[in-house]
Amino acid sequence: MSTNRQAAASNPWRAPILFAVLAVLFILEGTVRNSMFSGSWNTALAILNMGLISAITALGVNMQWGYAGLFNVGVVGFLALGGVAPVLISLEPVEGAWQAGGARILIALAVGVGTLALATQAWKRLKTGRGLAVLVILVVGFVVYRGLFDPAVDAIESNNPARHGNLGGLGLPVLLSWAVGGIFAAAAAWAVGKVALGLRSDYLAIATLGIGEIIVAVLKNEDWLARGVKNVTSIPRPVPYEIDLQQNPEFVEFATRWGFSAAEASGIWVKLCYMLLFLVVLLTIILLAELALKSPWGRMMRAIRDNETAAEAMGKDVTARHLQVFILGSAVIGIAGAMMITQDGLMAPVSYNPLRYTFLIWVMVIVGGSGNNWGAVLGAILIWFLWIKVEVWGPELIGLLTSPLPDGGLKEHLMDSSAHMRFIAMGLVLLLVLRFAPRGLVPEN
Amino acid sequence: MDILNALVAFLNFVFIPAAAYGAQLALGALGVTLVYGILRFSNFAHGDTMAFGTAVTILVTWGLQAIGISFGPLPTALLALPFGIAATAALVLLTDRAVYRFYRVKKAAPIILVMASVGVMFLMNGITRLLIGVDEQRFSDGTRFVMDVRTFKAMTGLKEGLALKTTQVLTVVVAMIVVWALFRFLNRTKSGKAMRAYSDNEDLALLSGIDPEKVVRMTWIIAASLATIAGVLYGLDKAFKPFNYFQILLPIFAAAIVGGLGNPLGAIAGGFVVAFSEVAVTYPWLKVARYLFPGWEPEGLLQLLGTEYKFAVSFVILIAVLLFKPTGLFRGKSV
Repeated sequence: MSTNRQAAASNPWRAPILFAVLAVLFILEGTVRNSMFSGSWNTALAILNMGLISAITALGVNMQWGYAGLFNVGVVGFLALGGVAPVLISLEPVEGAWQAGGARILIALAVGVGTLALATQAWKRLKTGRGLAVLVILVVGFVVYRGLFDPAVDAIESNNPARHGNLGGLGLPVLLSWAVGGIFAAAAAWAVGKVALGLRSDYLAIATLGIGEIIVAVLKNEDWLARGVKNVTSIPRPVPYEIDLQQNPEFVEFATRWGFSAAEASGIWVKLCYMLLFLVVLLTIILLAELALKSPWGRMMRAIRDNETAAEAMGKDVTARHLQVFILGSAVIGIAGAMMITQDGLMAPVSYNPLRYTFLIWVMVIVGGSGNNWGAVLGAILIWFLWIKVEVWGPELIGLLTSPLPDGGLKEHLMDSSAHMRFIAMGLVLLLVLRFAPRGLVPEN
Repeated sequence: MDILNALVAFLNFVFIPAAAYGAQLALGALGVTLVYGILRFSNFAHGDTMAFGTAVTILVTWGLQAIGISFGPLPTALLALPFGIAATAALVLLTDRAVYRFYRVKKAAPIILVMASVGVMFLMNGITRLLIGVDEQRFSDGTRFVMDVRTFKAMTGLKEGLALKTTQVLTVVVAMIVVWALFRFLNRTKSGKAMRAYSDNEDLALLSGIDPEKVVRMTWIIAASLATIAGVLYGLDKAFKPFNYFQILLPIFAAAIVGGLGNPLGAIAGGFVVAFSEVAVTYPWLKVARYLFPGWEPEGLLQLLGTEYKFAVSFVILIAVLLFKPTGLFRGKSV
């Protein structure tokens, strides 16, 4: 998959200027109240925080696409897998769930994985009749697996189903779950990569699209794991709760000194705490990514990306490198998934929509500049800002455009549908950037 | 052992629904495969093209119903279908002119075209939502059943009933006519032969004086027609909801790939392979088993996977086929 992206000299001031523009947008959002901006720091910081999480996701995608040319359209699946980590790590253990069937579930899963491993080995080792042998292994393995799995699931799900009905967590600090989210996604990426990375560009894209959908389907339906569509609420926080802050006289006094009401100030304070945490993660990942990119490893990755055949001829193990970078990128996406669930305090599998969590991330990477980490970050925050604001600006724009129309059905219909403007806006942004700045706002250098 | 009742249960719950669904998938996959064969990229916007065509057809259907036109026992949507096709063809020709042609002329890497199709997908998704909203729409009218359960039981005296919906029969019949017409066009007409030649070897086709832009235009018009027909049939059979049309993209891709991308015959076979496996794997076989082996009562429902996992099935088939036949059952191409 050679993409032939020759680096060209570009203005070194480009990135700082664009980041400054972005900062101005957020300051406007925080201070100016008119038809375009909300004038609330709470809103501005909320957009920024989700933008930072999106930036980390975009960094993961950028490692896969920008460094290695792997087109992964299953981002939503890895994000969702990362989101399971806070549930399993930081929730309090559910009374009786493990006794009900925890061990049996683990054994069943082990049987399932063992069956697949055995089937693979049989396929490789046997010479004659291997098709039949593999089939028998798979069928017997499946029957045993279901025999163990189904009763265990029933036992767990009938354990206090109104409040729990799932395995619960380990009660460990939630920050730990961010790393675990990365590990979950990396493990899945290893399995996916083993199967799918041999495929060619379009085939790989469609395979990952399917994997993303499957992971989300599993989360929606396997209640024992994360309560499925019943959602997991009240995931512990690494930062203070607003209500505690409002009851703290010192904090209230501090807030009034700055001219904020206690309610507003507590919201801002919590978001600032999250922002700091997110920034630490983001900057650490960028630092590591930049170091890796400038090392011999990074040069090798780009050599493979730009000309796979030549790299292979020089003795580079292309498939192994692809697997490696696919795992690394997915791990970063998983970390972002865990962070997102931590921030929301809620795990809602139904909300994992591929348009939002796969394709919008792709828009971010392409608009920002694939192959450039700072570009991915800029693109992510900018596109996220637009995604939120277009919902406000769309109706304003349509209102302006339709003002000459007489009142009536058509005008009403257009006004009602203006909320859907964000898809049109995102599509237009992506197409315009692909056409007129195919290397993105901050190109690779 | 009661083979007749078991057979009827099998036909009613597995064979008929899977045949109708398979026909819908096959039509969708034919569009994907044609675009891949001629324009050489996977069109992610195909699901939303289907949604757009269906939305226009529904709007025209409502218009026809409002002025009192109906199609007797058949759904009015069939009368509205040509309008839907025309609008969709116009839209995709416009996107080709505005988006894809630029990359084609530049001979950009295929993956760039895939990304552009993601942008088109967003745009079409937004336009469809603007047109008709996000809610579920049912627009099937006319007679509901060709054969309902009560009539069947009275006719045959069997315990198990069989229902045959008008939309199911219609789906299969329309699909057969469309496929016949398509293959006739591809094999017999000059334009069809030009398309095949272009798909097989672009340079050779150019040397023999085939106008590439004409071939591309034809491909888009055919793909738009197939997408609209598939979308309307799917919507009649189930219901129309823009988001579902985005999701159906996965089984459609799976069908096209299982058959071999770029191979029309493969797309049809792939559609039925995917549909039959989906239904067979997610159907609780208990009912059939009871007729076949009375007295033997298994514990479970004899359902391999929950119905929620039907998209997963299409993907597992996809992976299984790709592992053994990297370009599909019918040897598709890869760019």
